[in-house]
Amino acid sequence: MNARTLNFIGLGLVGIIGVAFLVLTPRLAELDTVLEFTVYMIMAILALSLALIWGYGGILCFGQSAFFGLGAYSYAIAMFNTGESTIPLLLAIALPAAFAALLGYFMFYGRISDVYLGVITLTVTLILFNSVNSTAGPEFHIGVARLGGFNGIPGIPPLNFPGNKAAVIDLEGMFYLATAALLATYFGLRLLLASRFGRIIVGIRENERRAELLGYDPRAYKLVTFTIGGALAGFAGCLFANWGNFVSPTIFGLAQSAQIIIWVIVGGRGTLIGPIVGCIGIQWLNTALGANQPSGSDLWTKLLANAPLILGIILVAFVLLVPKGLVPTLGDWGQLLLRSRTRRMAAGLKPKQAEEG
Amino acid sequence: MVNVDLIALLAIQVLYAIASLALISVGLAIIFGMMRVINLAHGEFLMLGGYAAIVATSQGISIWIAMLVVAPIVVGIIGVIVELTIIRFLYGRMVDTMLATWGLSLFLVGLTTAIFGNTTVGISAPLGSFQIGAYRTSGYTLFVIAVAVVVMAGIFAVLRWTRLGLIARGTMQNANMAAALGVNPPRVYAVTFGIGAALSGLAGAVLAPVSGVFPTIGVAYVAKSFITVIGGGAAILSGTVSASALFGTINQIATFATTPVFGEVALLATAIVLIRLLPQGITGRFFRRGL
Repeated sequence: MNARTLNFIGLGLVGIIGVAFLVLTPRLAELDTVLEFTVYMIMAILALSLALIWGYGGILCFGQSAFFGLGAYSYAIAMFNTGESTIPLLLAIALPAAFAALLGYFMFYGRISDVYLGVITLTVTLILFNSVNSTAGPEFHIGVARLGGFNGIPGIPPLNFPGNKAAVIDLEGMFYLATAALLATYFGLRLLLASRFGRIIVGIRENERRAELLGYDPRAYKLVTFTIGGALAGFAGCLFANWGNFVSPTIFGLAQSAQIIIWVIVGGRGTLIGPIVGCIGIQWLNTALGANQPSGSDLWTKLLANAPLILGIILVAFVLLVPKGLVPTLGDWGQLLLRSRTRRMAAGLKPKQAEEG
Repeated sequence: MVNVDLIALLAIQVLYAIASLALISVGLAIIFGMMRVINLAHGEFLMLGGYAAIVATSQGISIWIAMLVVAPIVVGIIGVIVELTIIRFLYGRMVDTMLATWGLSLFLVGLTTAIFGNTTVGISAPLGSFQIGAYRTSGYTLFVIAVAVVVMAGIFAVLRWTRLGLIARGTMQNANMAAALGVNPPRVYAVTFGIGAALSGLAGAVLAPVSGVFPTIGVAYVAKSFITVIGGGAAILSGTVSASALFGTINQIATFATTPVFGEVALLATAIVLIRLLPQGITGRFFRRGL
């Protein structure tokens, strides 16, 4: 079995599992489980956006939540102003993309090294958080939508079918939409990465100088990658605003940014399936930790139900012990196993041949 | 008509903004400048300094000793432990250090929330207020400025005139050469990280009476101090001071003209433009021979 067939088998498996999940879940699971799965799917799209720009583009972005939050806020504000969801949806993708393009221009054309890049994206996220957080007063509004400051914006109207205000998408519809969007994003990114463009951005990640000497402009390629990532994150933000009918500034917060990074590093940089797995795993863990909120005041329960504490330990442990992430490490083990088996088979063959000879 | 009192008051406010920026950044600048380690748990070191001072004060220790002695020692020790258990394994892997220290930062936030609860604890600022014409301002402001000046002067003296400073600068310039001459770089790094952490603890403690302390206060500090260090560039002291001067002035004037939140936004926005114009920081272009 060569790499190519393995690749196709993998793709097929993802497709089959994805479609089965899409079709079967609402039929088999309770509504609240479906609701929970919906948010996993939305977060997985967000994870994919960082998987693209960090895992493949080599751009360490600590501020992916900035685009996510911007998408959610754009959708909410535009939705209150128009009442029909087609334009808000497009805005929720276009605005974060434009913001990513602007920010990317400053960073890539300034030729800032990747470490500074992380710090700048982090700072931008904090600026957004601080600014939105301080807009609680009634004087802060865009059109009829009040920004709400730290209170957030409640009661965001849900998406509807394009052009038909009355045909609102219900909770189950949201699940279908989010899951289908995740699958579309996954296969779209696979296609993008298999294309000429995808090869070039991976080439730039591997060796920027060499790619530049071969005639590619890394700045432009990084900028486009970053913008696509921003658009995807914005789209996820729009779905998220729909899911809870609510956005608040914590969506821009550092905790949110940290989570996205953790999903990707736990799942594995340089894969797409890894961050999805990492995202769903960590989200599930978060829900599980949140579910048994400390009833007593005893220190151990407090420590165990403490999401930042656990996430912090996971992040440090993975950086120190499994720096490649789960999926690539498992892949390595698989290959090692495969190779040792082939070698053993080869070793087993040899004496026989010698006898015959 | 020019209001002299107001100008004097504004001047003190600007100096205070510069001093507090320099204080919160210098520990990070030392760690980054010497070891090329981006310590994202820097804000939490400041936070721990604040808690150390508050806990020590509540145990009956004089507030001055708690701030100026206990907090730096406690956070310095924590810094050395962090270096020995995490940072040591990640030298040369800048991005991984960033991620690991971010994990550490989350961990510390979680831990302090579990221990102290998610509330703000404060200690009242010692020193009363004094009068400038028609305005009153806190004497503690002047104390913070004085601490910043003393710390900067102390760092200058140590780097310039002591054997420790010589070894530190040598290791910073060329670790292999220093090792060949009999210096033990891992030990220098551990000590440096400890000193950087101790200075952060001091800053956190000194600023605790102004801002209060709560588990997530590090977030408020970390972006500002990073921007200052990166805006300043490679030279530890002249970089920190020049960048603090620039950003502190802009921050305070914007705050004065509008609101504190906008002052912060102005600071961060200036920083992003500055980094676009001077990717090597201020000292990459000016004061190149500074410390």
